Amino acid sequence: MSLREALDSKRFVITSEVGPPKGTDVTEMLESAELLRGRVDALNVTDNQAAVMRMSTIAACIHLKNAGHDPVLQVTCRDRNRIALQSDILGAASFGITNVLALTGDHVVVGDHPEAKGVFDLESVQLLDVIAALTSGTDAAGNELHGVPDLTVGAVVTPDAKPLAPQLAKFEKKVRAGATYFQTQAVYDAESFRGFMEYARGFGVKVLAGIVVLRSAGMARFMNKNIPGIEVPGSVISQLDGAEDPVTAGIQVAARFVNDVRDSCDGVHIMAVGAEKLVPRVLDAADLRPATATTEAV
Amino acid sequence: MIVVRQKPIDEITSMVTHHRRVLLVGCNTCAAVALAGGEKEVATLAELLRLSTSRRGSSVDFGECMLQRQCEPEFVEELESEEYDAVLSLGCGAGVALLAESVPKPVYPALDTLFIGAAKGLASWQAECSACGSCVLGRTAGICPVTRCAKGILNGPCGGVSDGTCELGDRPCAWVEIYERLESFGLEQEYGTTLEPKDNSVRIRTPKWDINAEEEPR
Repeated sequence: MSLREALDSKRFVITSEVGPPKGTDVTEMLESAELLRGRVDALNVTDNQAAVMRMSTIAACIHLKNAGHDPVLQVTCRDRNRIALQSDILGAASFGITNVLALTGDHVVVGDHPEAKGVFDLESVQLLDVIAALTSGTDAAGNELHGVPDLTVGAVVTPDAKPLAPQLAKFEKKVRAGATYFQTQAVYDAESFRGFMEYARGFGVKVLAGIVVLRSAGMARFMNKNIPGIEVPGSVISQLDGAEDPVTAGIQVAARFVNDVRDSCDGVHIMAVGAEKLVPRVLDAADLRPATATTEAV
Repeated sequence: MIVVRQKPIDEITSMVTHHRRVLLVGCNTCAAVALAGGEKEVATLAELLRLSTSRRGSSVDFGECMLQRQCEPEFVEELESEEYDAVLSLGCGAGVALLAESVPKPVYPALDTLFIGAAKGLASWQAECSACGSCVLGRTAGICPVTRCAKGILNGPCGGVSDGTCELGDRPCAWVEIYERLESFGLEQEYGTTLEPKDNSVRIRTPKWDINAEEEPR
C-alpha cells in the first residue's frame, strides 16, 4: 500500500509530517513517527524547513522507510541547482522513496544560515516540469535515464493567499506541470475553503486541506500576523481565548474544521509544528482513519 | 545606472593605512550620480581618511582627482598617479578593475557595487536589472522577477507572499506587481504561461562582448 493507492482510493487521505533532526540522532523523529503508525497514509519529511539546516531529507526518509512508514520527500529549490535536484530525486527513488512534494522553499535569509547563497535555479513549477521529465524517462536536458522513477508527485497551494489571483494562476501551472495532489497551507475558514474547493475541483487533482492545530489564542494571533497565507477567523480566536483548556479547544477547532470540509476535499495534511503528540488527538477527535494501512506493517 | 555605496570607513582605512601616498579617484558618471564617487564625496572621504589613519598612528598623504569614467581607457589614460604608491577608487567594480589593469600599483575599492538600478527619488535607487543575459521583461510586464523577487524565481509568487509583500517584509512581491500590471493591460492571461528555467550559461559563455568580433548568429 502506498500514498498513491490512498490517493487513488475514494477514501479520505490523511498525511502528517515529521522534521529531520539537527544532528545525527533520529530517535525523536522516529518516536514522532511512531505516534502516527497506522494512523496516517503517509508522512511528509521536511527539507531544511524555514531554511533552518537539518539532516538530509533523503536520509531521514530512508530511516522512516526502514521503520515501515511511507515517507513523502519534500524537495525545495533553495539549496540545490537542477543537477542536484534531479540526482537527489533519483537517489531517493532508488531507495523506494517515490512520493515527492515540490516546493520553492523559504528564503535563506529567514533561516539560521542567513548569509548562505540561495540557489533557486528552478522554482516549484519548473521543478515539477523536471520531475515530469524524469518520470517519462529523460533528465531535464533530454538525456535518457537508465532506470526510470515512478513517482507520486505533489505540490502545495495557499487557498487564503492575498491577493488570490496570482496564487491560483500558479496553482494551475502546477497542475499542468503534473502535480497530481496538493497539500494546502493551513486553512481555518471552512466556508472559504469550500469556495476554493469548488474552483479546484475542476482540475482533476486531489486536495488535502492543511491543518495546523492551534494551541492558544496567542498562537493564532501570531500566525495571522507572521505566517503568510494564514487567516484564523476572529470567532476561532475568541473561542480559544475563552477556553479553560486552550489545547483541547484547539483540537476541537481542528476536528470541527475537518468535519466541515471532509465532503468537499480529498483528505487532510496535519502539520504538527512542534507538537507531534497532538496529531493523534486530532485524528481521534475528528474520527479519522487512514485510507490505507501502510504504516502498520513493519 | 550602476548603483554604488561607500564601504565602512574602518574597512577603507585598513586597506590604505600602510601606504605613504594614496590617490583618491572619483568617477563622474554613475558613481557621482549615486552620490558616492563625485568630487564632493572624494573630498569628504579624503578628510575622513586623514583623520582615521592618523588616529591609527599612520602618516598617509591623500591626493584627490576625478575621472569622467573609470571604465573607459581614454579617460583612465588621463590619470596622473606617478607620485602615489596606491590608488583608492571611488568607482564601481568595473572602474576599480580597469584602474587596477592600467596602474602598476595597488588599487583599492572605496565603494561596494550594489546593482543596476533606476532613480526612485532624491538619493534613492531601485534595483531593476541583474544582467542575467537573457531578458524576460517582455513576459513580465516590464518588472524583473530575477531582480525584484528576493528568490529571483519565475512563474508566480512563492508561498511567502503576504498581502502583496515579500516574505522578507522589505519589498513588494514582484509577482503580485507583475500580475497587477498585466491585469491593467487586460493581459492577465499571459500570467498563465510557464516560463522555462533560465539558461544560466549565457552569462558564463559571455565573459566579454566584442561587437566587432565575428560571432555565430544567435
